[in-house]
Amino acid sequence: MIKDLNFLGKPTRDKLNLFLSLGIILILLSIIDVILNSFLEVNITSILPRWLNFFTPLFFGFVGLHYIRIELSGNKTLDRLNKNINSNWLNAILTLLIVFVLIKNLPPLLNWLIIDADFIGTSKEECSREGACWVFVNVWFKRLIYGLYPNPEIWRINLSFLMLIGLVISAFFVPVKIKKYIIIFLLFIFPFIAISLISGGNFGLEWVETAAWGGLSLTFIISIFALLFCFPVGMFLALGRRSSAPVIRYSSIGFIEFWRGVPLITVLFMASVMMPMFLPDGTYMDKLVRVIIAITLFEAAYMAEVIRGGLQALPKGQYDAGKSLGMGYWRMHLLVILPQALKLVIPGVANTFLALVKDTPLILVVGLLELVGMIDMAKTNPDWLGFATEGYVFAGVVFWIICYSMSRYSQRLEKKYKTDR
Amino acid sequence: MSEKIIELQEVNKWFDDFQVLKNINLEVFLKQKIVVCGPSGSGKSTLIRCINRLEEHQKGKIVVDGIELSENTKNIEKIRAEVGMVFQQFNLFPHLSIVDNCTLAPIWVKKLPKKQAEELALKELEKVKILDQAKKFPGQLSGGQQQRAAIARALCMQPKIMLFDEPTSALDPEMIKEVLDAMVVLAKAGMTMIVVTHEMGFAKEVADEVIFMDEGMIIEKATTKEFFANPKSDRTKLFLSQIL
Repeated sequence: MIKDLNFLGKPTRDKLNLFLSLGIILILLSIIDVILNSFLEVNITSILPRWLNFFTPLFFGFVGLHYIRIELSGNKTLDRLNKNINSNWLNAILTLLIVFVLIKNLPPLLNWLIIDADFIGTSKEECSREGACWVFVNVWFKRLIYGLYPNPEIWRINLSFLMLIGLVISAFFVPVKIKKYIIIFLLFIFPFIAISLISGGNFGLEWVETAAWGGLSLTFIISIFALLFCFPVGMFLALGRRSSAPVIRYSSIGFIEFWRGVPLITVLFMASVMMPMFLPDGTYMDKLVRVIIAITLFEAAYMAEVIRGGLQALPKGQYDAGKSLGMGYWRMHLLVILPQALKLVIPGVANTFLALVKDTPLILVVGLLELVGMIDMAKTNPDWLGFATEGYVFAGVVFWIICYSMSRYSQRLEKKYKTDR
Repeated sequence: MSEKIIELQEVNKWFDDFQVLKNINLEVFLKQKIVVCGPSGSGKSTLIRCINRLEEHQKGKIVVDGIELSENTKNIEKIRAEVGMVFQQFNLFPHLSIVDNCTLAPIWVKKLPKKQAEELALKELEKVKILDQAKKFPGQLSGGQQQRAAIARALCMQPKIMLFDEPTSALDPEMIKEVLDAMVVLAKAGMTMIVVTHEMGFAKEVADEVIFMDEGMIIEKATTKEFFANPKSDRTKLFLSQIL
């Protein structure tokens, strides 16, 4: 029987079971070796010299994978496995290395994140410090979400966002005719209702200055306003860059190239430090407004180039057809060109939107504290020194959830508007 | 003779240094059907694209339905609404269904009520025999069906003149007939038509006059019978011998 194995020869189908069981045993052996090595500090191959026993798991696994690499074995699972992760010796080694890395790192990570972590408590003394101290996020949660917004007024932020969520959800369920009005309301009226509710100063609401706004709600406020404004501005810039009037064309090009050429941090500094100097005496513009304008213009330049890509992808015949039907510039663009061009650039627009959302933490440099800024502040609190990791992991997860949902939504839109071909 | 609807006087056009149209003179009367033929690159497409100003001419005068083509955008839009055009590549709007393709311009340019525009569209689609495709999108139709939809779309603007820019050149042979049939019906109904085409059968059947162009010039302009029976210039004879 040993002779049949013909060590490292080609495993064949007629001895399927023999090769399979031998291969699985060897693979299990290599995995057990790694597990014992990493977690129990036991080395079952310590009889071998050091330079050799270091590689034994890899060797066992490699030989095991070689034995189960049986062509057309008739077993579907095995065939798929072989095709995808075990097609030749190089892939087998890469597969083994990835498995080893996962085995070595996944359990400690989970330990830190969940099993050894502390969730409930009020001070850092209640954390065992063996795992993550989510008490930090727990205690600071309100600040991370609402910034320095006064506690008794927080319902105003909650109400605004509940209204937003309610409107968005209702837009999915009402008939198309009403949906149109909900969307128009959401885009053009609601943002201003929400902002006056949050800032207050009228209807008997207490005025809350923007310096007190912060946390995740500020992230959302800035992102939403910048998204709303940068899209139309970008669209006009894209059209302007393709205009036949030299003044419009060159000013669009100049604008786009200027804003694409400067780093966002510089733009934000300019907006907060330099811009007030250019404003006439006595006029005052809120820092938050200035920052939103700066981010809008910055992202609009990128948006313009994305949309221009879509405009250029359309065949010239579409313009000819629009013109030949008597449409003027705006009718042609609004009815024929933009609907098609924007459909083409949904992935690019989503990309720019995601970048915008992830750029918002940079407003930290001008003293506005959104989610990451609040974490930065919390971690320097004398009672809570040394919890930066937990804070940043939390911020990362929150941003990931926001961005991933946006990405999914853009993919849905792409499918929905795919009419041709 | 009936009313003169298109008049070109000494029209010249250049693409940079290359002169595409040289001293074109042409008169088209109401209900006249004119076929323009000639080798590729002879300027025939450019000529009809100048008539609704998809291309600008640099010298000379073009008058359509009493309005001279100039820089004035309002005039141009007015003329374009009266001059329908059908393209080689159909150029339907792929994001709209066939019926929406047909109603778009009547609703937004002529300000027709939606309902009326739709009735009109269905009537025109019926005429070109693709009423059953009305709800589909252009991408789901065959080339011949798309071209007929494009004809219907142009007709929905109720134009006085129809321009055809090689309407059958991008079609598979078996689809050419269905498009030509639709054009013959249109011609018989009394539409003023200028057709750039190589379909000499179509020319013989419906054209009043045939124009032969080469190198940006009108080489020969004659009644259809005359043109095919005894062409005058050698260039025309050569062209006809190759194409027939």
